[in-house]
Amino acid sequence: MEVRVANVRKEFERFPALHDVSLDIKSGELIALLGPSGSGKTTLLRLIAGLERPTRGKIFFGDEDASQKSIQERNVGFVFQHYALFRHMTVADNIGFGLKVRHGPSRPPAAEIRRRASELLDLVQLSGLEKRYPAQLSGGQRQRVALARAMAIEPKVLLLDEPFGALDAQVRRELRRWLREIHDATGHTTVFVTHDQEEALELADRVVVMSQGRIEQVGTADDIYDTPNSPFVYGFIGESSSLPVKVENGEIWLADRPIGLSAPHASEGDAMLYFRPHDVELLDGCSGCIAGTVAASRRVAGTRRVELEIGGERQRVEIELPVDHPAAQKSRVAFRPGRWKLFPAA
Amino acid sequence: MTTAPAQAGWRFRQPSVIPGFGLTLGFSLAYLTLIILIPLSGLIWRSAALGWIDFWAIATDRRTLNALEISFGTAFIAAVVNVVFGTLVAWVLVRYRFLGRRIVDAMVDLPFALPTAVAGIALTTLYAPNGWIGKLLMPLGIKVAYTPLGIVIALVFIGLPFVVRTVQPIMEEIDKEVEEAAATLGASRFQIVTRVLFPGLAPAIITGFSLAFARGVGEYGSVIFIAGNLPYKSEIAPLLIVIRLEEYNYPAATAIAAIMLALSFVMLLVVNLVQTWSRKRYG
Repeated sequence: MEVRVANVRKEFERFPALHDVSLDIKSGELIALLGPSGSGKTTLLRLIAGLERPTRGKIFFGDEDASQKSIQERNVGFVFQHYALFRHMTVADNIGFGLKVRHGPSRPPAAEIRRRASELLDLVQLSGLEKRYPAQLSGGQRQRVALARAMAIEPKVLLLDEPFGALDAQVRRELRRWLREIHDATGHTTVFVTHDQEEALELADRVVVMSQGRIEQVGTADDIYDTPNSPFVYGFIGESSSLPVKVENGEIWLADRPIGLSAPHASEGDAMLYFRPHDVELLDGCSGCIAGTVAASRRVAGTRRVELEIGGERQRVEIELPVDHPAAQKSRVAFRPGRWKLFPAA
Repeated sequence: MTTAPAQAGWRFRQPSVIPGFGLTLGFSLAYLTLIILIPLSGLIWRSAALGWIDFWAIATDRRTLNALEISFGTAFIAAVVNVVFGTLVAWVLVRYRFLGRRIVDAMVDLPFALPTAVAGIALTTLYAPNGWIGKLLMPLGIKVAYTPLGIVIALVFIGLPFVVRTVQPIMEEIDKEVEEAAATLGASRFQIVTRVLFPGLAPAIITGFSLAFARGVGEYGSVIFIAGNLPYKSEIAPLLIVIRLEEYNYPAATAIAAIMLALSFVMLLVVNLVQTWSRKRYG
């Protein structure tokens, strides 16, 4: 089912949590809402579910306007960070709950509900645990039961709110791969919220980066990582370094000299230069480059991360060097960024 | 041979990181013995002196049986009423924010603090045939004061805070997300309350019920004013004990007391077993 969020605004007691957000989610897509806490990603997810009502704007499921429907009528599967299982029900009863509360002919007979529950338990790889209570399961198992429960009602959309947030790193990685498999097998349109960029980039078809109640960028992992469209995305996804520069006659200047990068379409004047610490070209001589003295250096896995002090204004940037590079303390290093981007000075 | 004493030692001293198991257990046992066990065994001792035949005669005496029936029956009805309305009161206090909520919350505790005789006199004044409420009920043919109905009303008054105060904290702990999960799965508001919320509260409600019931069985002060104390009709067992005491008929008094003790113990034990069973399931 396609989901379309159209110009949605949400205020909590006059405080805006979302400003005019629009988003198209394709049918069968696995999409991640990524952002720091307070960015509005959970609010957006809860608006799609119907757990909150938009202050303005509409949400469409296919061609239907879902914003007029109650939570019960929307038929969405929602998975909570802390599982929210029914403690007094067995695993099978938890999964069958959504079918049992239906009325009239849409409610399947009891035997059918039981069959469906054990089918879903097979899918989430928990066969044979029908009679257990949630208290008798581990965190990872509970989250699988929660997902099975959400899928039992054959939802139009599957929504997951930080589904792996409460689990330890090992289980997280395992469940992440497993969620991808389930998604590929069932083909539900799936939206999940996370603050973990690794999780978002690895798992999702497309990532929605959010900040302060706005969508900053929507794209595949490659789009987001290679061509960030704002300083926020540059800073939030992966590592980044920045320097204040000046654009004159289509050339980029650092303090009083050009650094050998041309920006013919950039507007003249002050700007911020952003680049990735690992995406730099090291140079020997310096005619048109960025040069600085090493202020600090630390070993990070297979590379060495050095902090350079640039110019008289004591600007510091981080770049990555090969481990065997002879740059010791106080030595001079010259480089030029490979892929970079200019943003207007703040 | 060497393992046997180690095993025996392990049975009594569970390995634990908290020190002082021996000391605290010893103190607890001594304390319970002093406060509960010695008086109660004295009671059984005195009634045992009576002899089996006499004891049976007192136990099966019409007046004794009626008094026990009234005591346990009214306490049971009052506890059931309190479970329904106490849970409702707790629900209102937990779920809604309204002007004067704190005052209502504090009012719930009044039956704890009020001398029971005061409560009894106040209720009797209200429900007597010429009282404010009794006057209104009289034309409808409902007599409250000086009947078992009056006893039930006094016990409802006394038992209310037991239910509210046991259910309230558990209700406050209910995760909002559990309700939201049920709603996304298509459950109506009514289904959420009956199928998700109340089953989760069942252990607390059972505890509240047993506390209110136990208190009701033993209640004396408030009941004797409103009950009218007609033998065979509205005479409670604790009052019968006092009457026997005033007649210097100590064996009869202790015999009735021993029967009440046994009945109460069995009922509380059953409630506790139900409790343990449900805790094991729901964790």
